[in-house]
Amino acid sequence: MQTQDWLFVGIFIVLAPLFPLIALLIPRLIAPRKPNPIKLETYECGMETVGPAWVQFKVQYYIFALIFLVFDIEMVFLYPWAVSLNLLPFYAVVEGIIFVAILVAGLLYAWRNGALKWA
Amino acid sequence: MTDPINLIAEWLRGLLAGWGLSSGLVIFIMTLLGVVVTAAFVLLMDVFLVWVERKVVARFQDRLGPNRLGPFGLIQPLADVIKLLIKEDITPIGADRVVYNIAPILALATVLVLWSVIPLSPTVLGADINVGVLFIVAAGAIGTLGIIMAGWASNNKYALIGAFRMVAEIVAYEVPMVIALMVPVILARSMSIGEIVQRQTIWYIVLAPVAALVFLITAIAELGRAPFDLSEAESEIVAGFHIEYTGMKFGMFYAGELLHALTMGALFASFFLGGWRGPFAEQVPILGVFYLFLKAFFIYWVIMWVKYSLPRIRIDHLMEFSWKFLTPLILAVVMITALLDKLLGEPGTLIYTLGMLVANLIVVWITLTLLRTYFRLERKRVGEERPVAAPDLTPAARIERTS
Repeated sequence: MQTQDWLFVGIFIVLAPLFPLIALLIPRLIAPRKPNPIKLETYECGMETVGPAWVQFKVQYYIFALIFLVFDIEMVFLYPWAVSLNLLPFYAVVEGIIFVAILVAGLLYAWRNGALKWA
Repeated sequence: MTDPINLIAEWLRGLLAGWGLSSGLVIFIMTLLGVVVTAAFVLLMDVFLVWVERKVVARFQDRLGPNRLGPFGLIQPLADVIKLLIKEDITPIGADRVVYNIAPILALATVLVLWSVIPLSPTVLGADINVGVLFIVAAGAIGTLGIIMAGWASNNKYALIGAFRMVAEIVAYEVPMVIALMVPVILARSMSIGEIVQRQTIWYIVLAPVAALVFLITAIAELGRAPFDLSEAESEIVAGFHIEYTGMKFGMFYAGELLHALTMGALFASFFLGGWRGPFAEQVPILGVFYLFLKAFFIYWVIMWVKYSLPRIRIDHLMEFSWKFLTPLILAVVMITALLDKLLGEPGTLIYTLGMLVANLIVVWITLTLLRTYFRLERKRVGEERPVAAPDLTPAARIERTS
């Protein structure tokens, strides 16, 4: 049963992009195609674009991404613990709480240092 | 007679075996057919969703909505599709062509893939994989990748800003969402969604109302819908990440967003509202599909209700709401759930249900008290008398003093 389920998911992943792909190919046949330089310009409410579009971004995005990475790994570690909780002895629950507490301490540290402030 | 889908499947399997095909090939063809039928059904639902969305919005805004084409305007979505199909397809100068074209496909395809693991009825399961919850989280995040790719490849500053904002939003709201999904996993002792639905003799929204609410909020954020629609804030960055897309490519983003909202409704229904469960669903499996979509559309309606009632929130508030409020709250809830699950014994008993419910209510009460105290202090701080920079002298008195 298990392999058959994965076969279903596999075929689904292969077929799923085909539906939008077909929908995107139909306009190729029936839609008009009359490009000209002004039409193809970058749209900025009628202004002419200044400089390249790939601009620098705020460093805050990067800091939030770093905090996210820590929690992402935490979540991956917690899932096996959550699934097998009823098979584990009681101290495993306490260990899980200690594990989360350490990460919450990290979150509080980042909070205190202003990493969570969007300035 | 009570289970037409499996009846047809059995008949087809017998027919294919009768043609002398090997059993492996029969399984492959049957699975392929299952996939095509499921995907076609979901896409049909997607076209219908355009009508639902427009009609409900109209009602929220005291309008009639589409009502000319067909009864109640039901043929309107078809007209929309034809209009999108015959629009010119523009690729702006300087766009990264490959990424630009893959993005809309990814936006719809990943949402479709999510439907492969949602149990539609007791007998029609699609795929009941044992890591269903993780699969949902992983596949759902790839849809966001489509948005980021669209924003990056468009060669447009508005689009890029929209994509940046989407990244920040997803990064912030993915954490509470995944942790909130841990609560049904703990309660059901399984990561398979079929198993989670099977175990819900009592809906998990009763056992874990806080986790359900957090999941709903983060689901709206992951959809990028109002009040979290910073990635397409019309008043600031025109249309955000899909500003350069025209015709059917824009249509793919639109369809993807609508379908994603319904998918989130179906997931919420499966995790917290008992999925296909309902009166007589066990005896008449086809009723299960009906119940699931009833619940999914209810949640979809709630999401729309939120969208058309609340104004957009600012990005600093958005980030703070997730990191300083939702994440600590849901971590506390998961730990309490785990602890209580160990202490209260087997699920299903009255004491287990009551214990979970009371614990959740206590958490809500403590949270509200903390918030109230915080805002009272904040109001006091803002309202306090502070030294004023300007001196309280009239111009005449000031001249007198300086001379």
